[in-house]
Amino acid sequence: MTHVLKIEDLHVNVGEKPILRGVNLTINHGETHALMGPNGSGKSTLGLAIMGHPGYDVTGGKISLDGKDVLAMEPDERAREGIFMAFQRPMAIPGVKMADFLRHATTNVRRPDRKEGEELIPMREFRKELKEKMSHLRMDVEFARRYVNDGFSGGEMKRAEILQLAMLQPKFALLDETDSGLDADAVRLASESIAEIGQGKMGLLIITHHDKLLEHNPPEFTHVMLGGRLVETGGRELADELHENGYDRIRNAYPDAEAANQEMLAEEAAI
Amino acid sequence: MTQTTLTNFDQAGFDAFIESRDEPDWLLAMRREAWQHGSAMRWPERRHEEWIRTDIRAFQIGKYSVPAGPDQGESTVADREQVHQLLQDVELAGRIETVDSKVVGENLDEAAAQRGVVFGSLSRLCKTHPDLVRKHLFTAFDPDEDKFAALHAAFWSGGQILYVPRGVVLERPVHIGSILSEGGTDTTHTLIILEDGAEATVLHESNGASTSASGLHLGAVELIQKPGSHLRYVNLQEWGHKTYNFAQQKASVDRDATLQWTLAAMGSMLSKVNQTVDLVGPGANSQVNGVMFTEARQHIAYHTLQHHKAPGCRSDFLYKAAQQDKSRTVWRGMIKVDKDAQKTDGYQRNDNLVLSNTSRADSIPGLEIEADDVRCTHGSTTAKVDEEQIFYARCRGFTRKEATRMIVSGFFQQIFDRISIESVREALAAAIARQVREYE
Ligand SMILES: Nc1ncnc2c1ncn2[C@@H]1O[C@H](COP(=O)(O)OP(=O)(O)OP(=O)(O)O)[C@@H](O)[C@H]1O
Ligand SMILES: [Mg+2]
Repeated sequence: MTHVLKIEDLHVNVGEKPILRGVNLTINHGETHALMGPNGSGKSTLGLAIMGHPGYDVTGGKISLDGKDVLAMEPDERAREGIFMAFQRPMAIPGVKMADFLRHATTNVRRPDRKEGEELIPMREFRKELKEKMSHLRMDVEFARRYVNDGFSGGEMKRAEILQLAMLQPKFALLDETDSGLDADAVRLASESIAEIGQGKMGLLIITHHDKLLEHNPPEFTHVMLGGRLVETGGRELADELHENGYDRIRNAYPDAEAANQEMLAEEAAI
Repeated sequence: MTQTTLTNFDQAGFDAFIESRDEPDWLLAMRREAWQHGSAMRWPERRHEEWIRTDIRAFQIGKYSVPAGPDQGESTVADREQVHQLLQDVELAGRIETVDSKVVGENLDEAAAQRGVVFGSLSRLCKTHPDLVRKHLFTAFDPDEDKFAALHAAFWSGGQILYVPRGVVLERPVHIGSILSEGGTDTTHTLIILEDGAEATVLHESNGASTSASGLHLGAVELIQKPGSHLRYVNLQEWGHKTYNFAQQKASVDRDATLQWTLAAMGSMLSKVNQTVDLVGPGANSQVNGVMFTEARQHIAYHTLQHHKAPGCRSDFLYKAAQQDKSRTVWRGMIKVDKDAQKTDGYQRNDNLVLSNTSRADSIPGLEIEADDVRCTHGSTTAKVDEEQIFYARCRGFTRKEATRMIVSGFFQQIFDRISIESVREALAAAIARQVREYE
């Protein structure tokens, strides 16, 4: 059975403010989807709502994983079911070493029934695996001893997210601008790594404003978000078109969504 | 055997207490003077700066009895070995244990004794080593400090002394355990003296017989360090959560001596602790690592003083506190630099992690500097656990509780990084992890 992540008519508010206004999206295991759209159109919101962020209020619609109701799950249950998000802005956890964080995370995700306080993956076994994955990503082993995202450069944070993806091996991964803040060499390395870790092995939803990542991870589907809706879906050529020409055609073709997007941006500016 | 009678902290109680003890005259004279001063002193008033934030109106000393009778006693606590945390995986040079101010067991490694180390029951050693005790007792702190200090000086019972002679290095730690049984009183006095160039590690823990035990601790600690000595003193306070804890804890550190003082205050219902390090000889160096972690309606107040009396000394005090439920911590720190204490390097910091909307942290740093060539810095921060951090961890499979526990341990990590004794680090980490509760 192939795993399916299905989003139907999803509506999400932040406080009183509607952000997502009816999103439909189905991702099959093994597929690569690109999610594009101008700033503030709701891409990160979709990812955070899929993960169950408490500040994002689902006011309508459904999310299911292989028919199971994802919206009824706590965020950690979603992670244990195999849904992963690489954050656009990962959080720092001072005083907690990357290695300890990852060992605990990896154990919980691999053993979804683990109860609090039960044994973690044996240290030796875990270290070996972590070291292999890190050297593959050309990361210095010292990195594992640093505190989670604490004082990391923008690029280091994104690489740390990729390392977590590699360790957790989810069924579905939402990568939110995992290529931003990286220099040219690092973008290539990240793109190659993601292709190696994820392509064909999970369902990928890649949120990006650049073309490099998609060059290495050619999407079967490209979705364009505007004003909290997916207004258009195409193949790889749609991503190429948007990279080349920007969003003018989309904005003109969907004036209602464009108006909604402008409204959100205006409210944002007013805050 | 003398019959132990229950007496109060009043004139009759004092007379009966004195009567019940077989002590040398010099000691009895000290007690009488302390009682004279103490009984005449008023209870602290709320408007007094030290007591503004610490409300003791509900404290009734009449509810507690004086630990009369000889200091030797029988243990009334069944599982003493299970009570303490710092005994795991350490080989000790000696151990002493008190229950309700009565010494119930003590020992010292023969080899250490042969090198002149003196360790054990303070009242026993008042008789066998009167000159040693008399020379040092109540020299690091003044019993006239306040009413609690004076009452302690009048009624101290049980407690211990560690004396390490000149140049002797005690490799293995000694362990001091104090236990309060339900409703008990502990007035133990701890006196540690390191002569020139001596070295020692002391693990001192205080526990209630149960987490919820009531009781009273009216205690004092004196750490006296002669030139070039090195002391690591660890104090883990886990009194029962209905216990009142009043303590004077003072160190005097002489030339080129180093003190590493690690403390964790997790227990008691209300604690008011005055912790002072006097740097009395040039080049003295002190580091304090403090952890406070409160829950329910606990109230823990630390008033700390790093007093630079000599030039070229260092003091580095770091306190980290986390507060849950409706609990509260108070930290009031002071770096005092005397006129002659040039080239002082003083640092104090208090970081707080407030874990609930109803808990509270008061943090009041202070400087009083009379010398002109010094470097003194201080800081204080108060933050809440960030929901975004918790969400991030949950997206990686951590339950809410696991995430909170991890973030709290991370908060204290900076302290752990400074503690050089592995077993202490582990015991502290475990104690902190136990204390973290569920949040919604
Ligand atoms: N926590 C929040 N509080 C208030 N407004 C929010 C919050 N999260 C998102 N929004 C608003 O929702 C809209 C969509 O934001 P979102 O971050 O999803 O956009 P995006 O498509 O990811 O943009 P970008 O390309 O800039 O990352 C914006 O107007 C934003 O200000
Ligand atoms: Mg975004």
